[in-house]
Amino acid sequence: MSGYGSDGQGTGEGGLLKIDRVSKVYSTGTFGGKLLTAVRDVSFEVKPGEVMSVIGESGSGKSTIGRMILRLSPITKGVISFNGTDISTLKRRALKRYRREVQGVFQDPFSSYNPIFKADRVFAMIKNEFFPGMSGPEWRNKIGLVLEAVTLDPTQVLHKYPHQLSGGQLQRLLIARALLLDIQFLVADEIISMLDASTRIDVLNLLADLKGRGLGIMFITHDLSLGNYISEKTVILRRGMIVEMGATEKVFGSPTHPYTKMLLASVPQIHRKWEEVAEELKVPDAVLIDREAAAKGAYETVSEILAPDADDSVLVETEPDHLVRFSPEEAREMEPSAVAGKSA
Amino acid sequence: MSLQIENLRVYYRTLAGDVQALDGATFDIADGEIMGLAGESGCGKSTLGNGIISLSGRMKYVEGSVTLDSTELPIWDFGEMNRHRFKDLSIIPQYAMSALNPTRKIGKMVGQLLDSRGVRHKEYIPELKRRFELVGLSEDVLGMYPLELSGGMKQRAVMVISTLLNPSLLIADEITSALDVSTQKAVAEMLIEFRERGFVKSMIVITHDISILYQVADTILVMYAGKLAEKASAETIINSPRHPYTRLLISSLPEVGVTYAGKRLTGIAGTPPALLNPPEGCRFRDRCPFAYEKCLEEPPFIEVDPGHYTACWKEI
Repeated sequence: MSGYGSDGQGTGEGGLLKIDRVSKVYSTGTFGGKLLTAVRDVSFEVKPGEVMSVIGESGSGKSTIGRMILRLSPITKGVISFNGTDISTLKRRALKRYRREVQGVFQDPFSSYNPIFKADRVFAMIKNEFFPGMSGPEWRNKIGLVLEAVTLDPTQVLHKYPHQLSGGQLQRLLIARALLLDIQFLVADEIISMLDASTRIDVLNLLADLKGRGLGIMFITHDLSLGNYISEKTVILRRGMIVEMGATEKVFGSPTHPYTKMLLASVPQIHRKWEEVAEELKVPDAVLIDREAAAKGAYETVSEILAPDADDSVLVETEPDHLVRFSPEEAREMEPSAVAGKSA
Repeated sequence: MSLQIENLRVYYRTLAGDVQALDGATFDIADGEIMGLAGESGCGKSTLGNGIISLSGRMKYVEGSVTLDSTELPIWDFGEMNRHRFKDLSIIPQYAMSALNPTRKIGKMVGQLLDSRGVRHKEYIPELKRRFELVGLSEDVLGMYPLELSGGMKQRAVMVISTLLNPSLLIADEITSALDVSTQKAVAEMLIEFRERGFVKSMIVITHDISILYQVADTILVMYAGKLAEKASAETIINSPRHPYTRLLISSLPEVGVTYAGKRLTGIAGTPPALLNPPEGCRFRDRCPFAYEKCLEEPPFIEVDPGHYTACWKEI
């Protein structure tokens, strides 16, 4: 990898965050005899000021990728680099600097706080770890600034216990906490799903404002309408593999892979019935369960009705900034030069 | 089936006083109607759904009546309600799939459940298996532990079990919330199929996700801060709502095709009032762009168009 400095400083090459052919394999089974591939050969890049939606259902590997980026989980194969530096090489001071620059916010705001302490203890923890020498008044000013950035009223949220605050307030406090550091990249893992409809949009707009200030965001969600609202790029994951990715308006505007179409057809829309959407996308609308096969216990999730992509399938660029997974035979029938060989 | 709810009030007892969580609900549900019950955290929808069938613990019955199929339900008497629960009306509680006893195989749990209701469980096994197959579950599921099933499978199993005795009314509390989008669709469509097959006559589907209700509900009742805000057909609530809260809520929902760059959506500024000592008059007035002096007096929930009810002075 290019871009190493002697102290682990990135040289800025390779975009903000780059995931290059990353896989994650777990040993399962009683004595670790079986292998489970949670993430298979995933590559994408997020630039500063860009939001990438990573969309998938349970078992897609989206959260695993988030955890690997946050160095909460080791990578099995491939490289994740931040500002040009392979993050698996970071130690001690370089790793601590990484933590100032890359942070995560997760799904359940209520479990992120210790209920017997006040919510702003999360700020105190940051101070102890990263700003031990800062004076009281200077710290309070810093807190004031981040709370303003997330549009929270200090008098409503400071010195309160988590149970006295709403999910939306807790989530925004967690984003404020991340802003106390020099954050350049945020992993937002399903941060909206447990919030009420009218507060969701406030948190989404906040993320959009932050990206306007240069923050790169990986927005993990299963809800396509949310991803569509704020992201420039979209990655659709299924069982650890990317099945479609590219500019958001292209992925949603001309969905090509059957799984993407099935997802779009399943999203409940507020002005269109499922039948209408399925008709437009040419996806069969009937309850997507093959009753006979299901009765034999063949399917665990509804989306398993679609045959999975084979291990030797490849990503093909169907138009600029739009890649779709096809079988090798289908790919050969298309323009040979379009096969994105290095991402296969 | 017919359901009439008249001026129902259920409060929560706390050390600081009564939280007026459900404060005067009056509405009807007709035979075969799937009514969505929508609203945000703290609006009282779960209190309403649970109060009708299992009012207990810190919940305090204050006043009001619930009449199902011409029989008044003794909701204030937890023991008496046992005769009606599961048979005349049934509930799929929130987080039901996480509440399955992890030490019981599904079949054993169902057997014990039926026995506790004075029903001979062996008679119901064939029907149970038939219904499991209908929702895409193998009969092998009866011999499995909850741990062995995925979230979607557990939810489908719970749906079948809760409706096994063909109740008149089913209350489904946030049954799609924790599921993948494709399973959500299957579960929601299952509700319609249950009605079509006569397993259930009418339903109250409680959720904060209005777009799911647009897909499956006939009518939607929107609640705010313990009060009813608006009730109308699903089509009307989505496309021509009249209560300011409903209108703001609908317009704050992101849709596929709407982007931040294209059309920035806004939420509703402020937060709902605390219900420990709720404010006088309309509970939405502090956040309402149309509030005026009359709003200090509580607006009645009345019919403003055929089948369309709302509680707003501007609309009356």
